[in-house]
Amino acid sequence: MTKGLIMKARVFITLKEEVLDPQGNAVVGGLKTLGYHNVKDARVGKMIELELESQDRETSTSLVQEMCQKLLANTVIEDYRIEIV
Amino acid sequence: MKWGVVVFPASNCDYDAYFALKNILKCEVEFLWHKERNLKNVDVVVLPGGFSYGDYLRCGAMARFSPVMEEVISFANKGHPVMGICNGFQVLTEAGLLEGTLMKNKTLKFMCKQVWVKSQTTQGVWSHNTEKNKVLKMPIAHGEGNYFVTQEKLKELEDNDQIAFRYCDEKGEVLETSNPNGSVSNIAGVYNKNKNILGLMPHPERACESILGSEDGRVLLESVL
Amino acid sequence: MKNLGGNLALAKKLGLTEYEYDLIKDYLKRDPTDLETSLFSAMWSEHCSYKSSKNILKNFPTTGPNVIQGPGENAGIVDIGGGWAACFKMESHNHPSYLEPYQGAATGVGGILRDVFTMGARPVASLNMLRFGNPESAKTKYLISRVVKGIGDYGNCMGVPTVGTDVFFDPSYEHNPLVNAFNIGIVKKDKIFLGNASGIGNSIMYVGAKTGRDGIGGAIMASAEFDDEAYEKKPTVQVGDPFMEKLLLEACLEAMQTDYIVGIQDMGAAGLTCSTFEMADRAQSGVKINLSKVPLRAKNMTPVEVMMSESQERMLLCVKKGFEEETKKLFSKWDLDAVVIGEVIDSPYVKIEWKGEEIGEIPVEPLVSGAPLYERPRKSYTPSSSVIASGSEAIPSPKVMRSPRFSTENLAMTKASIMEQYDSMVGTNTLVCYHDVPLIRVRENGSILALAMGSAEYLTYLNPFEGGKYIVLKAVEKLASVGAIPLALTDCLNFGSPENPEIMWQFEQTVLGMSEACRKMNVPVVSGNVSFYNETNGKSILPTPLIVMVGLIHG
Repeated sequence: MTKGLIMKARVFITLKEEVLDPQGNAVVGGLKTLGYHNVKDARVGKMIELELESQDRETSTSLVQEMCQKLLANTVIEDYRIEIV
Repeated sequence: MKWGVVVFPASNCDYDAYFALKNILKCEVEFLWHKERNLKNVDVVVLPGGFSYGDYLRCGAMARFSPVMEEVISFANKGHPVMGICNGFQVLTEAGLLEGTLMKNKTLKFMCKQVWVKSQTTQGVWSHNTEKNKVLKMPIAHGEGNYFVTQEKLKELEDNDQIAFRYCDEKGEVLETSNPNGSVSNIAGVYNKNKNILGLMPHPERACESILGSEDGRVLLESVL
Repeated sequence: MKNLGGNLALAKKLGLTEYEYDLIKDYLKRDPTDLETSLFSAMWSEHCSYKSSKNILKNFPTTGPNVIQGPGENAGIVDIGGGWAACFKMESHNHPSYLEPYQGAATGVGGILRDVFTMGARPVASLNMLRFGNPESAKTKYLISRVVKGIGDYGNCMGVPTVGTDVFFDPSYEHNPLVNAFNIGIVKKDKIFLGNASGIGNSIMYVGAKTGRDGIGGAIMASAEFDDEAYEKKPTVQVGDPFMEKLLLEACLEAMQTDYIVGIQDMGAAGLTCSTFEMADRAQSGVKINLSKVPLRAKNMTPVEVMMSESQERMLLCVKKGFEEETKKLFSKWDLDAVVIGEVIDSPYVKIEWKGEEIGEIPVEPLVSGAPLYERPRKSYTPSSSVIASGSEAIPSPKVMRSPRFSTENLAMTKASIMEQYDSMVGTNTLVCYHDVPLIRVRENGSILALAMGSAEYLTYLNPFEGGKYIVLKAVEKLASVGAIPLALTDCLNFGSPENPEIMWQFEQTVLGMSEACRKMNVPVVSGNVSFYNETNGKSILPTPLIVMVGLIHG
């Protein structure tokens, strides 16, 4: 069995655009009190960094995609984006 | 009738549910450990409040993959009564047994207080003892109880009479101001289509003794007896 | 042994005085190694050794017909009848909370919970007493929101109700907020556990979170004043993991139902150092540990770092020889690793091994109780209506007094909005909260516990002796108002620098006043904590002795 490469995958999870983001609103409010009136909107999300072993980028991407669907993201309210580094 | 209370490692209302069922309702109760696939021949399952596996990723996200949940899912799909309270509600939505999802409270803060909810249906397994529009007093204690569904799904829930409770004021008025956490349409609890699975944010097990402030929670628990 | 050079510079950097360093040399009859210097500095810090306060604290009455365990253990214990006992303690987490309010407050709660369940008690209720600066300042608002969230997130996840809070504002806390946490648990009288490493050959096992570099030097940090460089010390603040603690709580309480756990101690301030030495000291034994066996989270940690780490959610067990596998199995049910890291030995030393080499052999007694006890100079002062000698404002400015958030009404609102963020009902035993005297039902024996918080900052400033008396009497009065008989109290004495004679006098007078009232009312002090050095850039806080008196209402 050939060993794969160690790759880093970053998953960015954000609330879907149509879903209200109270944390994001709090950030906008906070920045405005500090005088940053040019801030129009903020969305708070999370980033998960994974270290995984796989043959190639395509395999990694589809694997991480599966993880997102199953566990990492709640697709009722969240979108996700995967980045393989 | 035998009850089962599921215990995840960081469940913390498991004993409260056990105590209410055993000492107040005088029922037979068993704890169901999360690592076991054995439901011990119980007739009803309660998923209690707490933090299941720490809830660091998303509330209830890990719990749905536990061995006990495999059994609970098939138990529920066979039509047996299942109630998810607070974190248990979150687990049920993550497991896909109930529609929607529970987001951070609109205040972004954890909130613990007595609230009033209005019964919306008498059809569900857990609503037989209540009357429509009956106002019940029960406590909430959660950071993520802000119920969200899309408008289409909301209509579906309404059309199928799946909405169990709405947050209201003491007099039973369903108002924006009586909505503690920002839930869509003031929803405090929902059923599945079959109406054997109920998820709700308020804690009926904390409202079974007048000395604790309310006995209204008994109405729900006694509905399945 | 390497590094026998002696290192006074290091000792000084770690907060030891030259006198103390010479004392160490006397004990060892040689120069200490760097490892030894580090261990002494932690154990002889004010926070761990009470070197400035011990002589004064001796005035407290600590015994009584109800007292099962007085000061000196992780928490105090009193009899509540029917074969049951209440175990409680209060502790400060002021310095960490200023540097990182969320984690500081959270780990404060974690620490006090461990103190209670370490004794075999299941925690049933928490309280917190908070002091902040100007309620109008952005800094205060930020601190309140983070401190309250930290306390809430930790306690809520643990499933221990927070049934009361006491909040007060004064400019003197602006740069030195106080976060004091109290917890009470219930334990069967014949199932009380102590932190003893006894029985030669018994195993020392490590359970809980892995060791990282968190909080290294925390005990020393809590024994120093803040200055503008305080923020540079930030990386030493610990991070809490309430889920891990919940597992530890359940696993430890389950383990204590077996008969093979000999002793148990949490790793709090000064981490593994404090727990190994204290466990050996209490049992009049010694301990040999192999640091290479300690589960580590960070890479390239040095033995000093492993010994000093204040990573949270870790416990040290003394397990009967031959029961290591059973212990491992029990903890694995809760997905926790239990690792044998050493054993009890008959010579009164802690022997430390690292990568196959013995790197230290340190006598137990000098480290635990050999710290010099100071009779610090004391000097009375005439209270000034504006400024304490050290420079802090004693009386809030009229502007603050008039501010809407400072009014009694608004203080009550602030408390209510804080209380709402804590799960005060989990456990279904909270009969009364949002009240001066929270009441907790004890199903085990049909009684009710009443918890009265007491404080009097201004009075204590104006007349420390009378202030000390008043807080005790006031708490007795509060308990009486709900029909409860006082059992005992725990305290958190928050003061400025003990090296300032006026502060030291203030401290002494407060303790004497408290002691007199305690004697008159038959209320012993069974546990507590002193937090000195609550000053920033030479400005001291108001003297802030805080107490929680526990009362009993028979069923």
